[in-house]
Amino acid sequence: MRVRVDDDRCEGHGRCYAVAPELFEPDEIGNGVAVGDGTVPAGMERAARLAAENCPEQAVIIEEDA
Amino acid sequence: MGLHDKVTDWATDFDHTDEEWAADPYPIWDELRATCPIAHTERYGGVWLPTRAEDVAEIAYDTERFTSRSVVVSKFRPPMELAPQGIAPPISSDPPFHKGARRLLLPAFAPQAVAKYEESTRAYCHELIDAMGDAAVVDAAEGYAQFIPVRVIANMLGLPESDGDRFRGFVHHVLEGVDKSMEERAAGMMELFGYLEEQIEDHRANPRDDLITYLLQSELDGEPVDGFHVARTIGLLLIAGIDTTWSAIGASIWHLAGHGDDLARLVAEPELLPMAIEEFLRAYAPVTMARLVREDMDFKGCPMKADDFVLLSFPAANRDPDAVERPNEVIIDREVNRHSAFGLGIHRCAGSHLARLEMRVALEVWLERFPRFELADPDGVRWSGGQVRGPRELPLRILGS
Ligand code: HEM
Ligand code: SF4
Repeated sequence: MRVRVDDDRCEGHGRCYAVAPELFEPDEIGNGVAVGDGTVPAGMERAARLAAENCPEQAVIIEEDA
Repeated sequence: MGLHDKVTDWATDFDHTDEEWAADPYPIWDELRATCPIAHTERYGGVWLPTRAEDVAEIAYDTERFTSRSVVVSKFRPPMELAPQGIAPPISSDPPFHKGARRLLLPAFAPQAVAKYEESTRAYCHELIDAMGDAAVVDAAEGYAQFIPVRVIANMLGLPESDGDRFRGFVHHVLEGVDKSMEERAAGMMELFGYLEEQIEDHRANPRDDLITYLLQSELDGEPVDGFHVARTIGLLLIAGIDTTWSAIGASIWHLAGHGDDLARLVAEPELLPMAIEEFLRAYAPVTMARLVREDMDFKGCPMKADDFVLLSFPAANRDPDAVERPNEVIIDREVNRHSAFGLGIHRCAGSHLARLEMRVALEVWLERFPRFELADPDGVRWSGGQVRGPRELPLRILGS
């Protein structure tokens, strides 16, 4: 599984990096970016889904089979 | 019909400053959502009130048909010439001007940038509680929540601490002055801006490590930001950052005073606090913004006219059963919580990371010092109405542990 943030939708609410700090971090203006290449370590799938479900802008994208 | 005549029909004649709304707006919104999801009033020259999450989101995203030229409902409409900047950029700005004015603020308000205010905020919260002494009944709104955001923003901007009282006086005058005459309000504003101009001049002469200096040294479209823009943006930070955060801290403490089980759980499991804060923000979202309709149009069957206001009710959206499970229950460990207390789209609250920090520190310190408390007089709680709703008087009885 892999995660990424859709730049066009993200407005920097910061819910993704609050809910799943292992998977997301803020950039210099507070927008979310995936840590590293966005690969979700085994066991972190639930955190990834929660990040997506908590993003008010629906900007967190999950690629299930990446 | 007067501006503040008592409301008898919420679907066709609502008033968001009505006492009934201030005391408990949730049943009103639930009823409207089920029967008339976009309500209307002739008051204030015409206002619409959507209560469904879907409609609120659609309007927030549609900056073409809905302008931010004024985000506060009143009888007046700011002149068209002010667009696209508006009176207090970026909140009053539309695209494309909005982006640069907002970008100016974002780095200073990113989570890693606001973290440096945590320690001083914590020390100040302790000071406020120290000042309460051994009183058995204290006011968590008047004696605590209201002071925190004022001190934090003053520190951040770089206003001298010795000006604290003076500065609080200005802000109070501006915020609490809504019932004063236009002349009195204008005089209050002039005094505030006069003070800010002095401060800006002083910062220009003696640059230091604070937000006023940072703004003065920033560029917008390749030009240094002028003092006027800086003063208006500071004015916005004061208006947008103070009574909002005060309301959010107060509403959280009010909830805990009435729900001993949630209070005991947070004291026992402080790691739940960030999640609980999101739930308090959702359930008691303090801020309702507004837009102006740009041109006559039909919106979902509603004949909207140019310059009608539309209330962007994030608080009502957060209670929509089509968007949130069990919306009227406050569940402090709610895992999925896609709330819009800080808005949606391009105007997402620029101060949200600072506001969250203030809420967390304020609640951590309060719970540490007062692990048990209850409402001293449920009828003595007074809520502000209108577009920023929160407890303004909140008498609590402190219980021994
Ligand atoms: C819990 C406290 C707060 C709440 C609930 C809140 C809520 C909001 C909301 C809903 C908006 C969207 C406005 C719109 O769509 O028209 C907004 C915008 C804004 N807020 Fe906050 N706010 C809070 C605290 C703060 C603080 C502490 C600051 C700064 C010191 C701040 C600064 C701003 C600014 C600058 C904007 C305009 C952003 C833009 O237009 O791009 N707010 N706020
Ligand atoms: S939660 Fe969504 S909007 Fe907020 S920073 Fe993360 S991706 Fe961006």
